Order: sequence, then structure tokens, then C-alpha cells
Amino acid sequence: MSPRLTLHRVLLLAMLLLFAAFFLTPLYVMLSTSLKTMDEVRNGTLLSLPASANFSAWAKAWSQACTGTDCGGLQPFFMNSVWMVLPAVLASTLIGAVNGYVLSKWRFRGSEFMFALLLFGVFMPMQVVLLPMSQVLGWLGLASSIWGLMLVHVIAGIPSTTLFFRNYHVGLPDELIKAAMLDGAGFWQIFWRIVLPLSTPIIVVTLIWQFTNIWNDFLYGVVFSGADSKPITVGLNNLANTSSSVKEYNVDMAAALIAALPTLIVYVLAGKYFVRGLTAGAVKG
Amino acid sequence: MAIKAQPPSGPSAGPPQAGPRPLAGPAAVPRSRGAPSHWLPKAVVAPSFLLSFLFIYGLMAWNGYLSMSASRLLPNYEFVGLAQYEALFESERWWVALRNLGIFGGLFIGGGMALGLLLAIALDQKVRVEGLLRTIYLYPMALSFIVTGTAWKWILNPTHGVEQLVRQWGWADFSFGWLVDPDRAIYCIVIAGIWQSAGFVMALFLAGLRGIDDSIIKAAQIDGASLPQIYWRIIIPTLRPVFFSTLMVVSHLAIKSFDLVMALTAGGPGFATDMPATFMYTMAFSRGQIGLGAASATIMLATVAAIVVPYLYSELRVRK
Amino acid sequence: MTHHRPALRGTCIALAVVALGTFNLPAHAGEVEVLHWWTSGGEAKAAQALKASLQAKGHVWKDFAVAGGGGDAAMTVLKSRVVSGNAPAAAQIKGPSLQDWAKEGVLASIDDVAKAEKWDTLLPPVVSDIMKYKGSYIAVPVNVHRVNWLWANPEVFKKAGAKLPGNWDEFFVAAEAIKKAGLTAVAHGGQPWQDLTTFEAVALGVGGADFYKKALVQLDPASLKSPTMEKVLGTFKRIKAYTDKGASGRDWNLATAMVIKGEAGMQIMGDWAKGEFIAAGKAPGKDFVCVAAPGSAKAFTFNIDSFAMFKLKNEANVKAQKDLASAIMSPEFQETFSLNKGSIPVRMGVKMDKFDDCAKASSADFGATAKSGALLPSLAHGMAVPSAAEGAIKDVVSQFWNSDKMSAKDAMDKLASAAKTK
Repeated sequence: MSPRLTLHRVLLLAMLLLFAAFFLTPLYVMLSTSLKTMDEVRNGTLLSLPASANFSAWAKAWSQACTGTDCGGLQPFFMNSVWMVLPAVLASTLIGAVNGYVLSKWRFRGSEFMFALLLFGVFMPMQVVLLPMSQVLGWLGLASSIWGLMLVHVIAGIPSTTLFFRNYHVGLPDELIKAAMLDGAGFWQIFWRIVLPLSTPIIVVTLIWQFTNIWNDFLYGVVFSGADSKPITVGLNNLANTSSSVKEYNVDMAAALIAALPTLIVYVLAGKYFVRGLTAGAVKG
Repeated sequence: MAIKAQPPSGPSAGPPQAGPRPLAGPAAVPRSRGAPSHWLPKAVVAPSFLLSFLFIYGLMAWNGYLSMSASRLLPNYEFVGLAQYEALFESERWWVALRNLGIFGGLFIGGGMALGLLLAIALDQKVRVEGLLRTIYLYPMALSFIVTGTAWKWILNPTHGVEQLVRQWGWADFSFGWLVDPDRAIYCIVIAGIWQSAGFVMALFLAGLRGIDDSIIKAAQIDGASLPQIYWRIIIPTLRPVFFSTLMVVSHLAIKSFDLVMALTAGGPGFATDMPATFMYTMAFSRGQIGLGAASATIMLATVAAIVVPYLYSELRVRK
Repeated sequence: MTHHRPALRGTCIALAVVALGTFNLPAHAGEVEVLHWWTSGGEAKAAQALKASLQAKGHVWKDFAVAGGGGDAAMTVLKSRVVSGNAPAAAQIKGPSLQDWAKEGVLASIDDVAKAEKWDTLLPPVVSDIMKYKGSYIAVPVNVHRVNWLWANPEVFKKAGAKLPGNWDEFFVAAEAIKKAGLTAVAHGGQPWQDLTTFEAVALGVGGADFYKKALVQLDPASLKSPTMEKVLGTFKRIKAYTDKGASGRDWNLATAMVIKGEAGMQIMGDWAKGEFIAAGKAPGKDFVCVAAPGSAKAFTFNIDSFAMFKLKNEANVKAQKDLASAIMSPEFQETFSLNKGSIPVRMGVKMDKFDDCAKASSADFGATAKSGALLPSLAHGMAVPSAAEGAIKDVVSQFWNSDKMSAKDAMDKLASAAKTK
């Protein structure tokens, strides 16, 4: 069914493009500011184009800007974030997948209630956690370390990841599970061989969600990390949020974009797999 | 998220149930050779559930205790009853924060869901540049609050942003001073918030839409239903489970909006855009009034519970 | 096999003893973790000077920078670290908060360093009192910022035919002239702390040093509800008409930029504004002028950055901590730091040759007001009252500035109840 170029279609496309402009404008502002010199920023307007693509702000943000007594830019923080985020994302996604599988296919008495209790965790504001968690991590000997930070992120992510997987797995036909069990498959085999491969769209959604939340998190990162494991958001904050003296907006924007690059790449790449998972007729039976 | 319409009955058997029911564990398992014992599933989820419950409810209890203590700069366990709550409700700033939560929460959740659904339906119409558009709508979620807040602060600034731009384009009387108006600034936060999260809502709804069986739609079209009718009567109701988890996600974002508020207006002008989350943070950490901050957090949680718990109950209730 | 064992064991023990011994040898090589929020270029240079002098004594500096909000994020982290039992060695805390922290019993006394270097003679009493808790030094001051400055662009004044104001009446005459010339009279950033900074300058100029002390430092309820306060509030609100529409939420340095660019005539801001002018290549006296905020030429409201010392367990680190305190008060560091940060040394008697004219004037006034009793802690910068009360007062003042529905009488009542916040 190929769509004809009716007024209907034109209006639809116009609306979509208008929204696209709405969504893209801030990115344009950031990008163009990061490519200007400070004089251009001071004298130009919001939407004015830079005179030329000047990457000096980017170079400064990456390796020369001051983030404390060290003036090494964002580079030292980047790998800290990578080491911290990847295990935390994988762990919380896996736990969510298993929980969702159990809650939807292996329901037991009280499991729905437990699920509801878990869901409430989605609404906990982060600030409440800070002081008691510091105390607990202190007792565990994990205070001010990358492990403590990872632990907090994993636990904080369990409610949302469980939610995503549970609601998705509920839509998987029970016949599949029953058939597999008749064939002699056990609990774990069904999970790894049947349920997980069918979960690609929701795995992608969950990965996007968790990666974004954990990579972009500032509060837990600054409070729970150790001296050598500060994530990139802490570096970005120190760079951009200086409380006195000249603000170099072009460097700030470049730094913000550098910090956002991994998540942006994840989104662009994940989008492809997301669609593939769906159009592969994931659960069309 | 692919949802089959109904588990047992046919495709269009009346109004859909509130989402498919989960498969009941032991009862549904035929006692065949390879059936796992019914302790395994429980054992598997137990550790993460236990940790999560300790985390969520343990911390809420600790916070509740703090709200009845005399804590100021650091936690202090001297019991003072409801004194902090009295101080809380005498604070004008707190009432402003509560009011803002209502306005922001309602508009952000409603607006975000509506826009996300609209974009999902629009993109589902087999548009050629769907991949590109989808990425464009989705990318704002990738950005951190400093980025979003700074960018939008510029855009909405009366002297440098949209107002100046439109005036340069010719409309000399155009004014858009919402960001600096104590009564209007909260709407700017709504705009920035929706901008950031509508794309993710769209992705969730799109996944749900794509999972709907074409045969139902074709059957309805044969019956003579128009496209809007099909959407309204069949597709949207079928999306109810998706709607549920999306609502959870968007509400979570509304609570997390702390970061966006701090970056965009820092609670200003004055404290006109203060929210319970920013109030709590300011009191507990900047002003050495941890007890007061804890009281505000408890009220915030209670408000959320009052709205969310009935909803959860109705969605998850087992119908015999 | 058995007769190898004792030999092996003996070697192990010997090695262990040697290792322990080696650990004890460089007894001065301690480590200090320093929490601060100096992350901009100029500030970083200043902090690096401190790091260098500490490293010269053989210690290690572990940097712990958390920018933002004038220390809000840093305070959050500090509290969490203290609660987890893992406090840093030194943290940038100032004003009455020092006493709050000391009350919790987590700060260490540095009296031995203070007595050895005679700090009581090098600091004005009003300053050293803030650094002490129950008579013992628990913090060391780094520099002094003067808050009650007015920064002006002489070009703008010439264009408008206005005169630099010496009191608030002259201020409004000048503002009116600049407004008529089509420019913004007062560059203001509508953030609560800036509103409060302007307010305290008005209080000082209209009410005088004694009124300021009574009302805003001692929080005397009668003064807060007095006719003088009503006059202060009225004058304060009048300024708003001379600011521009985009003032709300504006960062202070963007307001300074307006004066630099000649879009606005004056700004009421502390001496850190000077850094902006200098960075833009402007010369003091020629391209910009610094005068005391109207009516406050004989008074000095100060904002002093200081480091509080936390109780540590490790002996070597305690020694490093004391060396840090000593380094901060040294004349060389005092000079270098203030040159980079735009402030003046807090240690009295440091040579001011390398400083510019505004700083020299500031330093002279610092000494003079210390003697006359008009050296006052800034309310808006956390020097005068504990943070809970300051925050509540800031809320009231900011609301009064922003709202058209609040009368001066309402504001005074609210101020009085805000002052009671604990």
C-alpha cells in the first residue's frame, strides 16, 4: 500500500517537519555556539551561524579546560564513565530481564503485589537516597569508590528495567513456554533460548533508558564516586558551572556535546536495531 | 512492545481486558518430566527484590524518621514529633512548590503522552524518512540536564532568544517574557521537559503500535470503519499496557525534573518555579535543614503514592 | 620441607618489619584531600599555587573540585562524605557554617599552627572570631572580597551627562539620566543571591553600619520592622525600574558584560566583577570605575573564603593538614591567590604593590574599617547568619523584588519571621 500524495499526506509531513524543527533547534544552538569564538558569541544572536567552523573550543573542552586544579579537560573523566556505565547498564538490564520473565511467566502467590511494591521505587526522588546510602556504603567499605557507585545505579535501575521487561514478556504467548516445557526445556533454557531472543525491541529500549540515565547522572556520580573514578558529568559540571570569572560559552557547549556523544551514538545505532526487532515480526505469532 | 490483542478469545471480542494476564506459575505448568520446581523462580528474583525493597522502603523509613528529628546540618536522631511538618506547612515557599508540582506534573505528563502518541501514530503511517525523523525526535533524551537547561535558557531569554529573533523577523511588538515572569516561568519548564521526553514516549508507543496485528485493522476496514475511528476504538485501547508503562516512565521523569528545573530557572524568578524536589534539596543540603527537607520528601512521596497506588491497583488486580 | 619453613617465615617477618619501617620513614609525606569549587581558569591558577606550595613540603594534594551554586553541590557531597565516615582533609566552608560544622564535632583544631604563627595579630578580630569555635581555630581564611562596590562605565555616564553617585539620592538622579539616554541604568542579574547583595548594599547605604549590624547580623526584630527598614525596602524596590526586562535569572557575569559593553551604566556587585573587566582588556580608572556602593564609603562588607579542617586519623595526613593551614596564611600565597582571584589578602600587612588601584583602595578600607568597627560580614554571602536564616531572608527579599503585590509592611513581617528560622 504505497501512500499517495494527497493533501492528507502533505499536512502529515508538514506537521512532522515542524516538530522536527522544534526538536532540532536547541541542538543547532549548541552546535553553532561551540563552533564560534567568544567574540562571535558576545556579539551575535542565538541563531546566527558561526563565521567558520572553529574547533578550538572543542580542543579546549577535551584537553585543556580547567576542572579544578587540574586543567586537563574532559578527557580524564571520559574513561571513568565508560568503566562505570557499561557494567551497571548490563547488570541492571539482565536483572530486569530475569525479573520480568519470572513475574510474567512464573507467577507465584504475591508476585503481583511484590511487583507493585517494586514499581513504587520508580518514583523515589534521588536526593532522598544520598545520605542514608552514604552511611550504608560506609559500613560496607564501598564509600567513595566506583563499585559503590555502580551498586547504587544497579539497585536504582531495577524497578524500571523490571517494569519494561515484565510488561513486554506478558505479551509473549504462553503457548511458546508451554510447548518448550513439553519438549523438556528447563527454566533457564526457556529464558536464554526462547524469551531473550524474542525480547530484542525491549532490550534496546531498556538499554537506551539505562544508559542514558546512568551516563547522564550527576548527583550519584559526584557523591558516591572516588577520587579517581569521577564520571564525565562531574567534569562537565566543574567546567561549565563555574561560580565566578569569565564563562566561555563556546567551550561549555563543546564540552556538553562531548559528554553527550556516547548517548547520542547509542541512540542512533540502537534506533536501527529497534526497528529491526519490530519489523522482524517479533511477536506476530 | 508487541502485545497480542486477547489471550484466549478471538480478535475483536468486545472491549479489551486491562492487558493480558500473566501466566500463573506452578498451576499452569504441566507436571511433566522437565518441570522446574516452584522454588527456582522465587529464588531467582529474591536477591534483587530484597535489595530493591531495602533500598526503596528502608530509605523511605529512614527519611520518615529524619522528618521527625531535629536534624539540621547533619543527621541527628533527636525526636521532635511533627514540628518539622508544622514548619513545612507554614512555609510559603512550600505551598508554591506543591502548586508547581501539580501544574508541571499535569501538563508535562499529559502533554508528553499526547505528543508522544501523536508522533507515534504519525510515524506509523509509513513515512519514508521515518528512521531519520525517529532519531530526531528521540535524541533529546540523550542530553544531560546541563545541556538542555542551558540551551533552553538561551532560547527563552527575552533579550537574546525567541523574542529578539521574532522581532528581528519583523514583528516588533512580539514579546515572550514567560521565563522571567513569576507566574509563567513554570510553563517554560514544561516546554523544555516535553521537548526532552516526548521522543521516548513516542518510541514506546511506536513499539506498541507496530506490534498490533494487521488483521484486526483490515477486518475493521472491511467493516467500513474510518481511520480515526479505527484508531480511537481499537488501536488506542489495545495500547493500554503500553500506556501504563509509559505513564510510569513519564511520571518518573516528572519527579526527576529536579535537574531540569535547577538548570533552567534554579527555582526562579525568586522561588516561583520551585518544586518539592528542589525544595527538599535546597533545605537539606544548602540550608542545613535536613529535618525540614526530609518532611518535604515524605509529603512528596505521600502525594505520589495517593495518585499512583490506586492506579497500580486497578491495573494489576487479578480478575478471577 | 620442614626445615625450610622457619627460614621462610623468618624472612617474611623480616621483610614485613622492613616494609613497616619504610612506611614510617617519610613521616612528612602526608596526603590532603581538598574539597573546593574553584574550577574556572583564574580560580584554578590560584588553587594551583596552593597545591604547589604544599607539594614543595613533600605532601600530596588530592583535588576534589565540585563546581556550582557557590558551593551547593560541594556541600551536598561534603555531608555525604562525613556521614559515610570518609571526610576530606579540608573543605571550603565559610562564615557561620563553620560554627555549625564545629558543633557537630567533626572539625579539628589548628591552634598549634595559629599560635606559632601569631594569627591573632595578623587578622582583625571580627575575622578571627569567625575562624574560631569556642576560642580555638578550626579554619583558615584565604582572602577577602569586598561586596559593597559599585562598578561603572565612565563612557555611559558621560553620554548621559550623569555623575558618579555618592549616596542613594544621587544614585537615582544618575539612573534617571542614563535611562533618558536610552541605556539601561543598572545591570542586574535576577537571581536570589544577587537580589540579596543589592538589598544589603541598600541597607548599608540607607541605614548605616550600625543599622546593618543590628538588623542583618544580629537579626534584631525591632530593627527588622523599623521605619528605617521600610525606607530601605522602598529604595530597594525603586532600583528595579532602572533594570532591564531580561534581568531575571541572568548570571552575574552577564550583567557585568552589559556594563563592559556600554549597554548599562552601573552594577552593584562584589570585587570579583573586576576580573571580568580585566579579562575583557579594560583598564581600571579609564574604562571602568570602582566606587563604594552609594552611601557606604566608610563601611566594608566582607566575604571571606576559608578552609575548615576536618578530624583525620592518619598521623602523616594530620601533619600535611597543618602544613596546608600554614601555607594558606603565608604572605606569598596570600598575594598570589588574591592577584589571581581579584580579591585582597586577608592577612594584614601584605604588600599591595602588584595590585591595581581598586584593590589598593579596598585594602586601605579594610584596615580602616577594622579599626572603626564598620567592617561587617556580608549577609548575602553566608558571612553574617547561619544558612537557614539567610536562605529564608533571601526568599523574602527575592519575592519582594519580583512580586508587585507585596507591600513593604508585608515584607517586614516576613523578614522578622524569616529571621527566626533555625
